Amino acid sequence: MNKITTAEEAVKNVKDGDVLLVGGFLIAGSPETLIKALLETSTAKDLTVVSNDTGMAHMNMNKVMQQGRVVKVHGSYIGGNPLTGQMLIDDPESVTLYPQGTLAEKIRCGGAGIAGFYTPVGVGTIIENGKEKRVFDGREYLLETALRGNIAFVKATVADKAGNLFMRGSSKNFGVIMARAADYVIAEARKIVEVGELDSELVTVPGIFIDAIVQSEDV
Amino acid sequence: MDTKEFIAKRVAQELKDGDVVNLGIGLPTLVANYVPEGIEITLQAEHGILGTGPAAKPGEEDYELINAGGFPITVLPGASFFDSATSFAIIRGGHVDVTILGALQVDAKGNLANWMVPGKRVPGMGGAMDLVVGAKKVIVAMEHTVKGEPKIFESCTYPLTAVGVVNQIITEMGVMDITADGIVLAEIAPGLTVDDVQAATGAKLIIPDDMKVMNIQE
Repeated sequence: MNKITTAEEAVKNVKDGDVLLVGGFLIAGSPETLIKALLETSTAKDLTVVSNDTGMAHMNMNKVMQQGRVVKVHGSYIGGNPLTGQMLIDDPESVTLYPQGTLAEKIRCGGAGIAGFYTPVGVGTIIENGKEKRVFDGREYLLETALRGNIAFVKATVADKAGNLFMRGSSKNFGVIMARAADYVIAEARKIVEVGELDSELVTVPGIFIDAIVQSEDV
Repeated sequence: MDTKEFIAKRVAQELKDGDVVNLGIGLPTLVANYVPEGIEITLQAEHGILGTGPAAKPGEEDYELINAGGFPITVLPGASFFDSATSFAIIRGGHVDVTILGALQVDAKGNLANWMVPGKRVPGMGGAMDLVVGAKKVIVAMEHTVKGEPKIFESCTYPLTAVGVVNQIITEMGVMDITADGIVLAEIAPGLTVDDVQAATGAKLIIPDDMKVMNIQE
């Protein structure tokens, strides 16, 4: 099965109203080639973007947002992207902020077949509004539910043609968990190698999770 | 000595050999520069690194290797990398010994407000809520007042980051321990009186018989 495609072909899978998971922590691991293709070749709109930070002002997600195609954001730290901050001011319902570990665990659960989890983080803060609280061993916890996407964009340092990914250094962050938590997962890779050339011991994300592989412009 | 340097030096004295430490952005980052001789710590970065090192040299920047503020860094021998879910298992799971971060407000019950000023643009809490709930020890490192107004109160008025999590507050005026009885002024800065510190504090300070003077080397 050939998973190699172009960014333009891959982003045709993004449909109006989709929930789009976007890997990366600021610049590290951000799939800029895929987001650029979304910006330039796709017209998909009414998107819900799940991203730790929605990038920074100079990055491509900001440009997609300038086109008015993102209607909801789930994130944690949005200080780097002024448009997300503005969305929150204009319509507080449009941006949902989570403690970063809660966001990560929601996505991890989404990809792992777990419906939800109880966390002590957020107890006694505005994060607990509307959430079930439960006491375990005398300590209060909040119920948080799993989060999945229709599509995920992730970035790898190396991909083999079977979709096995190696993500170097601090670029792993949200890409590892998002790659398991969407119906269709597109990985851009800085380098694409033949099957067998990526050491199985160094696989960060098993290829089973990856539907399409695109050559990154970041080589 | 610069106020921030003074605070960072005193905070660094709290670190023990072998501690895993997470440093917030800003003043807390300076603490890494003053770790006492003979004390080895491991710095954790919440996006997936244990063992961060100094900033990358110009020309050697690598955008797969950044700190939590987005700037290129290096790692030390023995460092490890992991994804965000693993990183917050480390943080939430109680594997970080000390987290050091700033505050907008702290109160006598150990409540912390450091992510949101009502009416101002909200950048998001990032990993702060997870860190203060999960770390074994939470140190607030900050300037004692902002524009002459206190930051330490009987009760925070800004939206909270977490409830009852702060163990210690270190400022240019003193070292304060949060106890079941309230805020104990364990150490006072050289040249200040208890009245000076109390006047700059919005909560009643408890003065122990054995209150010490902060000892900071130049």
